[in-house]
Amino acid sequence: MIRHAVLTLGAIFALSLPAALAAEEFITVQSTTSTQNSGLFDHILPMFEAGTGIDVRVVAVGTGQAIRNAMNGDGDVLFVHARAAEEAFVADGFGTARHDVMYNDFVVVGPAADPAGVSGMRDSVAALAQIAGAGAVFVSRGDDSGTHKAEGALWSETDVDLEEASGGWYRETGSGMGATLNIGIGMGGYVLTDRATWIAFGNKGSHRVLVEGDARLFNQYGIILVNPAVHAHVKAEAGQSFVDWILSAEGQAAIAGYEVAGQQLFFPNAK
Amino acid sequence: MPGLMEAFWDALRLIALGDADLWEIIGLSLRVTMTAVGLSCLIGLPLGAVVGAFRFPGRTALSLILNALMGLPPVVVGLGVYLMLSASGPLGVLQLLYTPTAMILAQMILVTPIVAALTRQVVEDLNEEYAEQFASLGVRRMERVAALIWDARYSLLTVALAGFGRAVAEVGAVLIVGGNIDHVTRVMTTTIALETSRGNLHLALALGAVLLVIALLVNAAVMAVRHTAQKVAYA
Repeated sequence: MIRHAVLTLGAIFALSLPAALAAEEFITVQSTTSTQNSGLFDHILPMFEAGTGIDVRVVAVGTGQAIRNAMNGDGDVLFVHARAAEEAFVADGFGTARHDVMYNDFVVVGPAADPAGVSGMRDSVAALAQIAGAGAVFVSRGDDSGTHKAEGALWSETDVDLEEASGGWYRETGSGMGATLNIGIGMGGYVLTDRATWIAFGNKGSHRVLVEGDARLFNQYGIILVNPAVHAHVKAEAGQSFVDWILSAEGQAAIAGYEVAGQQLFFPNAK
Repeated sequence: MPGLMEAFWDALRLIALGDADLWEIIGLSLRVTMTAVGLSCLIGLPLGAVVGAFRFPGRTALSLILNALMGLPPVVVGLGVYLMLSASGPLGVLQLLYTPTAMILAQMILVTPIVAALTRQVVEDLNEEYAEQFASLGVRRMERVAALIWDARYSLLTVALAGFGRAVAEVGAVLIVGGNIDHVTRVMTTTIALETSRGNLHLALALGAVLLVIALLVNAAVMAVRHTAQKVAYA
């Protein structure tokens, strides 16, 4: 019986191998939950793949984790949104060069009842201070992602002590954007989110955009080829062709052409 | 808010429509989990049987460890496998990260202790029953293990199903080592997590129901095999 089992298992394992050994050329892109959850990749990647035959495999995690994965060499291209961290990544030699790709903006969403009365405010820092002052529930990513870093930068301009508030009205989920929105909506709390994820989000409840239009809410995305001099296995040629395509007129037009419910989600601004 | 019954109808519709993407995801889920469970049985059954059938120094400690490892948190296993397989890790040269093989490895680590610990219990109980017969017939040690596994085969099938249940429902480990890459490492549980994070709660719930239906079918198939085999054996 044991020999029989071994043979069966051997056959199962052999059947599972072809996919792993597929000859198709592919690159791995470490990216963020906002680009995946909004559906952008589903829209633009087929165009690149049809033109080049290179399969793009996207690992969508928070920006902080994406950068750490790329530092470990577990990706050929990094496509995230935390400018300072991206520049540090390149300065430390992990990436060849950083390029602007596109932007959108962050917004503060909250319940229609708006207990802190921030609806219509343009000054995002003042709005956050007002939410803190009212002791209204604010749900944060708390995961070192690009959105979390942007949120942290806004709070640092207020005199709110988040350490003390954490667990009280300030709640850190340690999760992705969508998961955090689900929690924020469940708690009737305020959430800072990128606009793309929000527009594409399917579970808005009674929440709506309350604060928008502040220059400090600008959200820039960048793309970096992981440095093949640090990680020799990086597919530099295929990775660079993806970076070049994203920055090309064709790639930029593909990004601009992605709409959800008639609204453009990302605005290309490659130089 | 979507209701549970509604989700079940949607699940049946999703299955009936035969969406190619969905079938691909279901197929990968089954391939990864069944391979992992199969390999886990290859290790766990003999290991559990040996611990269950023989007395040796450190046996109690080994049983204890196997039992405790049943509670391994999937995320920790995922992290451990990630660190091993990462390009900067000791096994980085194999380039297995973000492949189905990495997911099989992670699930094996989760399932093997379950198979081994439950097998130990089953075999230990049976061994007590058989001890006198073995002694009177002068059965050799390895033959004893084989005989115990064979005679306990129907109970061990349930053990394998327990392992299957753990592996097919698990999301934390496969998300980290597989990366939830579309058409490559996307399985049922990571798809459900993704759709939940997109706010598509209705679709996520329907997919959950699909997963439940699959688990039901697998269990029914195993039960049918067992039933037929028993009928043949006692005919």
